[in-house]
Amino acid sequence: MADLNNMKIAEARDALRKGDVTSLELTESCLSAIEGAGALNAFVHNTPDLAREQAKAADTRIKAGDAPDMCGIPLGIKDLFCTKGVPSQAASNILKGFKPEYESKITSQLFDAGSVMLGKLNMDEFAMGSSNETSAYGNAVNPWRRGNDETALTPGGSSGGSASAVAADLCLAATGTDTGGSIRQPAAFTGITGIKPTYGRCSRWGVVAFASSLDQAGPMTKDVRDAAIMLEAMCGHDPMDSTSADLAVPNFEAMLTGDIKGKTIGIPREYHMDGIPEEIESLWAEGRKMLQDAGAKIVDISLPHTKYALPAYYVIAPAEASSNLARYDGVRYGHRATLDAGDGITEMYEKTRAEGFGHEVQRRVMIGTYVLSAGFYDAYYNRARKVRTLIKKDFEDVFAQGVDAILTPATPTSAFGLGEMKDADPVQMYLNDVFTVTVNLAGLPGIAIPAGLDKKGLPLGLQLIGRPWEEGDLLNTAYALEQAAGFVAKPAKWW
Amino acid sequence: MSIDIATAAKVAKLARIKVEDDALPALAQEFNDILGFIEQLNEVDVDGVEPMVSVTPMRLKRRADVVTDGDQPEKVLKNAPDAREGFFAVPKVVE
Repeated sequence: MADLNNMKIAEARDALRKGDVTSLELTESCLSAIEGAGALNAFVHNTPDLAREQAKAADTRIKAGDAPDMCGIPLGIKDLFCTKGVPSQAASNILKGFKPEYESKITSQLFDAGSVMLGKLNMDEFAMGSSNETSAYGNAVNPWRRGNDETALTPGGSSGGSASAVAADLCLAATGTDTGGSIRQPAAFTGITGIKPTYGRCSRWGVVAFASSLDQAGPMTKDVRDAAIMLEAMCGHDPMDSTSADLAVPNFEAMLTGDIKGKTIGIPREYHMDGIPEEIESLWAEGRKMLQDAGAKIVDISLPHTKYALPAYYVIAPAEASSNLARYDGVRYGHRATLDAGDGITEMYEKTRAEGFGHEVQRRVMIGTYVLSAGFYDAYYNRARKVRTLIKKDFEDVFAQGVDAILTPATPTSAFGLGEMKDADPVQMYLNDVFTVTVNLAGLPGIAIPAGLDKKGLPLGLQLIGRPWEEGDLLNTAYALEQAAGFVAKPAKWW
Repeated sequence: MSIDIATAAKVAKLARIKVEDDALPALAQEFNDILGFIEQLNEVDVDGVEPMVSVTPMRLKRRADVVTDGDQPEKVLKNAPDAREGFFAVPKVVE
């Protein structure tokens, strides 16, 4: 059977059970696809031996019957997840050589369900970035191109390697993490599906921390059904994460009926922003029409504090990052600078962190240090946390008015060229997350699905935002939109 | 609020990141660009608004104050750049 790596999770699950294919065959197909895709720089640590071993065990389990849905499914794992005995360096030089002695909760759950790890995926350093250009491994590359133009495009970030690998069929699906849009923006840039669940759904234990009050993991998949299947396997209460929700995890796939009659979908007027390309506006209008045709009631809504989400985020996230990243001190793990005669412990910290952290990470740690420092804590950090309260209240108000989900564009542009933003000031890059960051600040679930191509032939995504803990309902609305949009385009293989 | 070179140097020191003197002016400029963007928050009326502590209304779970883990010094030291005799080794801290 050719091109098994092109399969989706649901297809592979059914084929594995029928005995049409083995996990080992699926795994070999992915491993050779990875082998041939060096130009994408998506996989940065390959684990073929582990993958084959896990695949064989999965095949035995499937034969014995009663294996979970994710059993035998070959996955890519974002480098932010600690994986036992396998390099896990958050795409940073400061964690070079770090091999965790433990397994993150989410990868444990996936492996317990029988999933296969093909390797670790490229990303922005410590998940700080929107283009995968801050990685210590170099850029990940988008498999999509602007027609015949050979310019290398960004797959987005921070989960850029995950997005590139799934879009190029190097794996059946991948894990991602999302602090300000890092699952949804790269999903939109590469024509795949990505969901960030409600804050607290997925355990953060063993996921390298960036901004703990915003970080959530989620699946990046080839369609909504796969997102439902994989999300269920990733969710669940974990006593090791004090913010993990002790709530039952529904069977999300069983909730995919495609029936959204009577649902109320909100269209937030503040998301009509200056400078957004006409193509994005018209795609958004088409999405509105599709949901209406599917029987949903469409209402215009207001989320008045939207404009302040990005500035609030760029106080809160760096503040939390400066605290979280204080642990990289050259003592317990990772890189330590070579010291000169007479250097003491302060010089060791300063040189280690200057050598180990890339430019963007250094900048955010220092901004965080500044906004938390004496005299500025109230003016910046406390004010941002108050604005965050207001942003969350905006959503609570519209949900209280009966809105079930909110439809927005996923990104303000399609994928841009690697290096094109090099001379822009950092704020320009931050604007990539303008539609996604509100969702992290409010702790809500959000999903990006591909909905069309722009004039250059690049995918564009739409975002749906749901009520807290109602990922099942959100996935079902996304499923209805997916069916109406009928997006099936794939990047032409050049790599 | 404008960040000058001395403030940039102070922030770098607090963050324990070595920044060479000739890199400080550009760093100060970047800080000013970002803080200029953040200043927009001053437009918002936040009177009487509570700063968010937890995005989901939840109470931290409690457990008995007992040892639940430990006794694995080899694993703890496994990734250390310099470990000796069961300890993390660092440059001399006290004379």
